[in-house]
Amino acid sequence: MISNLFIFDSILLLLVTITAITVVQVKDLFASSMLAGLYSLLMALVWTNMHAVDVAFTEAAVGAGISTVLLIGALVFTGRQEKKSDGVKPGALLIVVITGGALLYGTIDMPAFGDPNAPLHTHRGEKLLLQNVGKISLDEKGQRVDHPLYTESYQKEHWDLGDYGSGDEWNELAKSNDFYLHGAPHIPNTVSSLLADYRSFDTMFETAVILTAGVAMLILLRRREEDPEPTMDTADHDTIKGDN
Amino acid sequence: MEDQVVLRVVAKIMIPFIIIFGLYVITHGDFGPGGGFQGGVILASAFILYGLVFGREELAKAVPPRIVEAFAAFGVLLYSGVGLYGLLSGGNFLDYSYITPHDPRTGEAWGIILVEYGVGITVATVMIIIYNMIAERIGDE
Repeated sequence: MISNLFIFDSILLLLVTITAITVVQVKDLFASSMLAGLYSLLMALVWTNMHAVDVAFTEAAVGAGISTVLLIGALVFTGRQEKKSDGVKPGALLIVVITGGALLYGTIDMPAFGDPNAPLHTHRGEKLLLQNVGKISLDEKGQRVDHPLYTESYQKEHWDLGDYGSGDEWNELAKSNDFYLHGAPHIPNTVSSLLADYRSFDTMFETAVILTAGVAMLILLRRREEDPEPTMDTADHDTIKGDN
Repeated sequence: MEDQVVLRVVAKIMIPFIIIFGLYVITHGDFGPGGGFQGGVILASAFILYGLVFGREELAKAVPPRIVEAFAAFGVLLYSGVGLYGLLSGGNFLDYSYITPHDPRTGEAWGIILVEYGVGITVATVMIIIYNMIAERIGDE
């Protein structure tokens, strides 16, 4: 069964593979950086095809946008041509082949893409959509009560779709205005809801990691104001003298 | 690149739209694809474009590095502040339902908008910091 999507996906993945090999093969590092950006752009198209728009968005903004600028910035210090390599090392090649083979072997266990009977769709997805971790409400007297939206009986009555909801049933539900305006327990974009609410601790510390990266850049690379000569070697030298 | 007229004109026209789009992506993360991280990166790209075309001194004039660095910390502070608000109101850390206690759904929407802006501010400013640091070193060479 060859659908248009299959042909489109095949062409995209072929282009992705070619770009990836070229990124490694090309000796000019400037061309290599540009191709890495192109690789990200192609991957963003692949994600979009898989309906993972949030991932595609990140891939396009970070991979094709910012990281290309940063790679080219780094190129100024490293020079434009790759050093001569020693050729293929058999030991390294063996490790790469074994790791790649193990990863491919692992994918055999995965359900087919879009399989409605995949575990994610049969029980996990519904629970994630209706997640009610720690959802409480206060009544008129200020007492903690279970908000009706998050009680099991309410959810069973309104959203229970049997053992698992089929894609069509969910689509029907999602199309009705009531779902988002009056009944849906969460914001419409499930990805945001999961990342910023269900897994909010995770996201908070991810943000802290990004801040740490920025602070590390400042500590390592900031030109100190008292430096008379602003090159890296003199800066280090001066710091040592200053400490004495 | 300061003598490239076409680049300068196009950059000047594009930058406001990139900033608006970045803010839109952060704000609209509740309803469509996007969110703090993607929006923050888009926001940063507007400033990096400005720095690339007009030079890093001009960028430092437009957004002073001290303010950028302060905002990087402010983003994380905003995120954890929202969490702390839930804690101080008697709930769990990062429990958004306490923002509007009688309607936890609205509380969640508010909480998510606020933390997305926290993420967006930190991501945007850290990207600008990284660009600044690299550009500074390039200027030294």
